[in-house]
Amino acid sequence: MIAFVARRLLLLIPVLLGVTVVTFTLTRIIPGNPIDLMVSPLADAETRARIAENAGLNDPLWEQYARYIWGVANGDFGDSFVTSQPVLDDLTSRFMPTFELTLFAMLLAIILAVPLGIASAVWRGTWIDHVSRLLAVFGVAMPVFWVSLVAIYVFFFLLHWLPAPQGRISVIVAPPDAITGLFVVDSLLTGNWPALRSSFQSILMPACVLAFAAMAPLARMTRSSMIEALESDYTRAARAMGLPERSVVFRHALRNAVLPVITMIAIVYGYLLGGVVLVENVFAWPGLGRYVYNAIASSDYPALQGFILYSTTVYVLLFLFVDILYVLLDPRVRI
Amino acid sequence: MAVASQRIRENSRSLYLWCRRNPVTALGFAIILGLGILGVLAPLLAPYDPYALNPAERMRPPSWEHPFGTGIFGEDIFSRVLYGIRIDFGIGLGAVAFGLVVGSTVGVLAGYYGGRLDEILMRLMDIVAAFPGFILAMAIAGVLGPSIPNLIIAIAFVNVPVYARLSRSRFLVIRSSLYAMAARGVGASDMRILAWHLLPNSLAPIFVQSTLQCGWAILDAAGLSFIGLGVHLPTPEWGVMIGLGAPRIISGQWWISFFPGLAIAITVMGFNLIGDGLQDLLDPKRW
Repeated sequence: MIAFVARRLLLLIPVLLGVTVVTFTLTRIIPGNPIDLMVSPLADAETRARIAENAGLNDPLWEQYARYIWGVANGDFGDSFVTSQPVLDDLTSRFMPTFELTLFAMLLAIILAVPLGIASAVWRGTWIDHVSRLLAVFGVAMPVFWVSLVAIYVFFFLLHWLPAPQGRISVIVAPPDAITGLFVVDSLLTGNWPALRSSFQSILMPACVLAFAAMAPLARMTRSSMIEALESDYTRAARAMGLPERSVVFRHALRNAVLPVITMIAIVYGYLLGGVVLVENVFAWPGLGRYVYNAIASSDYPALQGFILYSTTVYVLLFLFVDILYVLLDPRVRI
Repeated sequence: MAVASQRIRENSRSLYLWCRRNPVTALGFAIILGLGILGVLAPLLAPYDPYALNPAERMRPPSWEHPFGTGIFGEDIFSRVLYGIRIDFGIGLGAVAFGLVVGSTVGVLAGYYGGRLDEILMRLMDIVAAFPGFILAMAIAGVLGPSIPNLIIAIAFVNVPVYARLSRSRFLVIRSSLYAMAARGVGASDMRILAWHLLPNSLAPIFVQSTLQCGWAILDAAGLSFIGLGVHLPTPEWGVMIGLGAPRIISGQWWISFFPGLAIAITVMGFNLIGDGLQDLLDPKRW
């Protein structure tokens, strides 16, 4: 098992190296000169030349790339042009809000979509199957940022149930003491009810919108893999032995149907990493998505580079994790 | 004459039967065809110039004069949504065509020649596929700068591995087929076998995939434009229009963002219904 994980981790190295080549190339094909972004437009030619020399922009490309890789390997992603902070620090401080949002969205999506998928597989062709199919068709077709806006209009403007976009917590409420970094969990743990109320109200809408987008592929995958399991020989055998339907569905079919669903969860989580950029912008959520949006808007290339590398690493590790889970859950998968 | 009209009658009869059997797919085709016609006829149907600003009529709710209301500069939303069909369909189809040509070329080359070339090309595809799609598209569009061609390149680039892997795997199956061997047996060249025998036969699943990708491409394009990475402002693109209306949602002017978003949802749904339906024909077990 350890050997398997080690080998998979080693295999990640060429992929991540390739990713750094792409991110490095991206920042070198920028129209214009990175110097223009680093120096005031009023600076004279001599200052510009000095700064370019200091930043190593006159060295051959491969040297610049080697320096970049060396820095990344040592946890140095460069400094953001805008915040003047090390990019890695910026990313770390914005990781938790995004993680909190995507975690809640994903949990919500799983809780809703998996039973829905099971139900529409078991009662195929009935109204519940049609309703969940309809939901799936709409769920993937509607842009998340638009659903966010519609939700704000309905639940804030019309019904006044939830606050207008305000980030993670209302400005008039003090954030809870940090334990996990997740506002909802922290305020629950410290018994800070005003913070719990405000942070829960803040996360509810963006999390539901993201969950809605994530539900469709999950329900779909659950359904098709459940149908396959229900039509298999082993469920027929279980039925023939006279096992109650409940045990056939949950103990025999579901157990075998769960693996593709787990892969789908990983894929959908990767898809949420993109969607969250849009949703964070609508809800003023102070996470990675807003950070990278600002980085692009202000041509902050080190920040952009860092973010892409960061989220790609998360994405790749997620799939590694899924593969390991496969081995643990399914004894037929040999390593 | 009689033969021709009889054939038309037979064809329309079988089309009708096919629609009866696949109502959902037929609905998808109807949506896309209908929107396509509306887009082509936009200059005739649009009551106003989509670029015309009318400060006297700013942010009017939907009415008889302005069925979808007016935007923050007094522009007519209905006319802009109609013209938007041209832009968004263009971006979606352009991105799919571009990704399809590049991706299936890569896949076919890798599948046909195998060996070292296969290894190099597919590892390159792995690297591109290692990125979360939307984020890579965001970075490319951000670096290239906002314009329609750059948007198409960004979205197409991200989807190249999908086509490459699909066409390669399909290709490996049919490379050893009887008809390919027969063609080689009668002395056909590599290029001829590739272009005349293998490529056409690997197209069906790729075509199905590209219908689904068309919906995704339009969603991605709208998302990129929404955060200012896609199309420039006065262009009547749906994502940009939603972005313009976004700050007005909390003060209740819903129509500025609502109608362009509805257009996206219907379009993407249309493409997905077609794609799903065609995929069902290939593999009936799917939903």
